[in-house]
Amino acid sequence: MSGARLAAGGRIDRSRPLAFRFETRRLTGYAGDTLASALLAAGVRLFGRSFKYHRPRSVVAAGPEEPNALLTLGVGGRRTPNIPATTTELYEGLVCERQNGWPSVDFDLLTVNSWIGALLSAGFYYKTFMGPRRGSWMFYEPFIRRAAGLGRADHLPDPDRYHTRHAFTDVLVIGAGPAGLSAAVAAGRAGARVLLVEQDFELGGSLLSAPVAGPEEQVRRALLAELESLPRVEVLRRTTALGLYDGRFAALLERHEHASPDPALGAPREVLVGVRARAIVYATGAIEQPLLFGDNDRPGVMLAGAVRAYLHRHALLLGRRAVIATNNDSAWATALDLAAAGAEVTLLDERPAASAGLAERARRGGVEVRHSSRLLRAIGALRGVEWLEGESHSRRRTPCELLGVSGGWSPALHLSSHTGARPAYDAALGCFVPGPFPAGVFGAGSVMGRHAGPWADGHQAGESAARNAGASGSAGDAVRPSWEAWPGGAALSPRNPPRRGGKAFVDFQNDVTTDDLALAHEEGYEAVEHAKRYTTLGMGTDQGKISNLNAARLLAGLRGIEIQDAGTTTYRPPYTPVSIGALAGRSVGRHFRPIRRTPLHDWHLANGAVMTEAGPWLRPWYYRWAGADAGSAYLAEMRQVREQVGLSDVSSLGKIDVQGPDAAEFLDRVYVNGFAKLPIGKARYGVMLNDDATVLDDGTTARFGETRYFMTTTTAHAADVMSWLEFLLQTAWCDLRVQVVSVTDAWAGMSVAGPRARAALELALPEVSLADAALPHMAVREFEIAGVPVRILRLSFSGELAYEVYVPADRGVAMWTRILERAAPLGIRPYGLEALASLRIEKGHVAGLELDQRNTLDDLGLGKLASRTKAYVGRELRERPELTDPERWSLVGLECLEPAARLRGGAILFARDETPAGHGRGYITSVTWSTVRGKPIALGLYRGGLRHAGEEIVCAYPLLGETVRARIVSPMFYDPAGERLHV
Amino acid sequence: MLRIPCPHCGERDYTEFRYGGDAGRTRPAHGSQSVRAWHDHVFLFANPKGAHREYWQHVHGCRQWLVLERDTATGSVGRASLARPPGVP
Ligand SMILES: [Zn+2]
Repeated sequence: MSGARLAAGGRIDRSRPLAFRFETRRLTGYAGDTLASALLAAGVRLFGRSFKYHRPRSVVAAGPEEPNALLTLGVGGRRTPNIPATTTELYEGLVCERQNGWPSVDFDLLTVNSWIGALLSAGFYYKTFMGPRRGSWMFYEPFIRRAAGLGRADHLPDPDRYHTRHAFTDVLVIGAGPAGLSAAVAAGRAGARVLLVEQDFELGGSLLSAPVAGPEEQVRRALLAELESLPRVEVLRRTTALGLYDGRFAALLERHEHASPDPALGAPREVLVGVRARAIVYATGAIEQPLLFGDNDRPGVMLAGAVRAYLHRHALLLGRRAVIATNNDSAWATALDLAAAGAEVTLLDERPAASAGLAERARRGGVEVRHSSRLLRAIGALRGVEWLEGESHSRRRTPCELLGVSGGWSPALHLSSHTGARPAYDAALGCFVPGPFPAGVFGAGSVMGRHAGPWADGHQAGESAARNAGASGSAGDAVRPSWEAWPGGAALSPRNPPRRGGKAFVDFQNDVTTDDLALAHEEGYEAVEHAKRYTTLGMGTDQGKISNLNAARLLAGLRGIEIQDAGTTTYRPPYTPVSIGALAGRSVGRHFRPIRRTPLHDWHLANGAVMTEAGPWLRPWYYRWAGADAGSAYLAEMRQVREQVGLSDVSSLGKIDVQGPDAAEFLDRVYVNGFAKLPIGKARYGVMLNDDATVLDDGTTARFGETRYFMTTTTAHAADVMSWLEFLLQTAWCDLRVQVVSVTDAWAGMSVAGPRARAALELALPEVSLADAALPHMAVREFEIAGVPVRILRLSFSGELAYEVYVPADRGVAMWTRILERAAPLGIRPYGLEALASLRIEKGHVAGLELDQRNTLDDLGLGKLASRTKAYVGRELRERPELTDPERWSLVGLECLEPAARLRGGAILFARDETPAGHGRGYITSVTWSTVRGKPIALGLYRGGLRHAGEEIVCAYPLLGETVRARIVSPMFYDPAGERLHV
Repeated sequence: MLRIPCPHCGERDYTEFRYGGDAGRTRPAHGSQSVRAWHDHVFLFANPKGAHREYWQHVHGCRQWLVLERDTATGSVGRASLARPPGVP
């Protein structure tokens, strides 16, 4: 079968040979070849083994609908499985191999699956997974893993670059066939900015399947020349519209692999383009559907349109003896063109007659035509076909090496379904057409089921789209073709295939046969969506582009209902498979998401900090001065703070400047406790609720003036709090004269904590008085030191004497190093987040892990804070019965009772005598080792809370099968009277 | 991709915004002691199919809370105006 390539013709450039490797073979194709056409030209027929039965498979199609010819491309980190050879543009140096054969595709032991097909019938996976003997999956798994699955990815990092791009246009035209080209020209002439995208590397769509010397080619060239001349028209080839979303937003995938892009030069392999268009023209064409007959998956059986495409585009005559079987007029063109190229052609048409004029053309072209005839089965691979002739139903055989089939054309309407419009069945056309389009979206040509007259149809859609986008120029006239329009390709309803004569495949990629669908129906999986999941039909990488319609017809037939009542499946993005790399774009590794760094970040890195992620922030986890690993370092840092003095970076705390004549009233409303009477120069701890009375956030707010407050929030909820304050001021309390501004990034913050904190700060800032009388606990002061504003807040998170020092962000490092250097005689050391968090657990302060938007003020033991005299957000809904139930959980401390054990965050709490099963009585939120207690401690929530103080309970961690005994104690493990704060 | 016409910043992707719920409802006055009124406000939503007025904040732009007209059935977007009534400081 080699020598399929004709000596001349086609759209390949014979002056540009391209060398590539197919497994161990070194082959050559030409520029203009797809990988499929180059392999077919080299005589390759076996492209892979099927998914379940390991049947030999070859190329069926010439586009993205290809179910069989899936290859693995590239080596090493570039190895990519399941790439359709039919859409891969050949390039120099391409490396590919076949997949799904064991030990090899040519000699596949698992063909045995064909003989035990009953085992692998519809629902096999369901029955194995869900069957009464659940252990069966364990037994079958190794076998299934080897037998199933298509191709194999590697585990190496992908060396290529992927980009993301945003684009805007007036008119987006999807598809560059006759309708799309006409639409782009019309919209461009009218003056609109046009983006025309085409998945192929050549523009023309179905025109590329026409003879190069024909009149279609002249029109194609004329349109391309005009597009070139229109300054506001941009054309993207090798670009697939993957999805359409609300607001006329389309996701496009631009492929550059053919150019072997060099990642070192920043060249992307693929670019994901998000286009916002004022108007969209769908001109995505239609996809030919196969016929159902016995052994219809044999190599040598192809879609008739693909046979014609390979003939005219790639100069491939894929068989000297050919049979074309059809239920519509379109395949007659293939029969005529094959005969003109020298093949012996028999045409089997299921219909009693074809459209006028075709019979005469076939007679002149030397094509033997048999009407009312249909295929029974394919013989060999491929030696011939058996078919039933006419009304007599006599059984005939015709030898052939190529069988082209056409079951009609189904609109490629997938994108129209992405925005939620269900496809509608058109009984006259025998196919589904797009549902209603949203405003500003237009369809043209075959995708609308309008196979005749794409020129005028596309032109009109392009003009309408341009008008919709505000362009007012003249769109001129549509192309008036000089040749006779080819008759339409509407499908007729196919009859069900005969039961005898081998398997008839509906879904080639997933090996779903007509028998499987019948079985699914018998077992009650009647609806299309159910049968699809039961049989896996349409769930392969081709997403059933040539199987869904036949399946819908079969299922409707089995149920005895009309196809429009059986429904169709919902199409979702992407239209064709997309690499994870393209979706990720540049958001990989350290660019995975934006990182926030404090003004002290570089100092931390240079001075032995090991950093950790806290939400979007990078913060010091611990410093190496304290130990070689976190486990030992944070304990040393805790002791440093408890016994001497430490310095930590708290710049990530949310900071909000609140100003205005009504600032006091505003804070009184948002905090449960009062702020209006807070004296100037004082700070107060406050808690905010959501409207539903769950705790939103806590923090300290200082009053620096009559109308001027400085609010701090937790790091985790800073953004939510800011939006909430703005919401209240802009939508509900518009009469309050208050401005809020986030100043989180404007100030560097650092906490000096420990019994020597005052001494340390006095050494660092001798200019200011920090005596207890001048700056008592919860007092705040503003200073100007050497022209730099400094805010000092005496407040503590750790339970030790502590001060927070704020300076403008760009002065952060200077202040930080000044404190460290000048207080060095006192042994001051930096400490990290792990120690910071552990110190607050010892002190029983709640933080992000407890403030999870599910807990109330009382759950957290903060009920006493709430004012009884003023209104505040969330006050009324605190009274709901469920929230005042004394059996609700509330904050407790836990002490580990087992010397060698540890407590774990998330552990479920049970009473001592309970069997640890189910949701329990609460859970652990925060854990640490307590340096003061010398054992693991935790904060948690427990039903009934501290009424159970002193009781022994069980902490269960089912993930590890662990249970640990613990005792309920006060959450204030350290200095409950707060004596250390008032020194 | 919804596109929201911010009166300050022009038409922008909705990913620059934060959604804030139904704008057609009236929040009980601050200090209102009716648990029923607060309950209804916080928990009961009409969730209409079709025309909807909803709050969106342009968090990555001017930070203003807007009232956007949007059709929840089609996703089509209409006018957006500032939530803060005109003339208020
Ligand atoms: Zn804005």
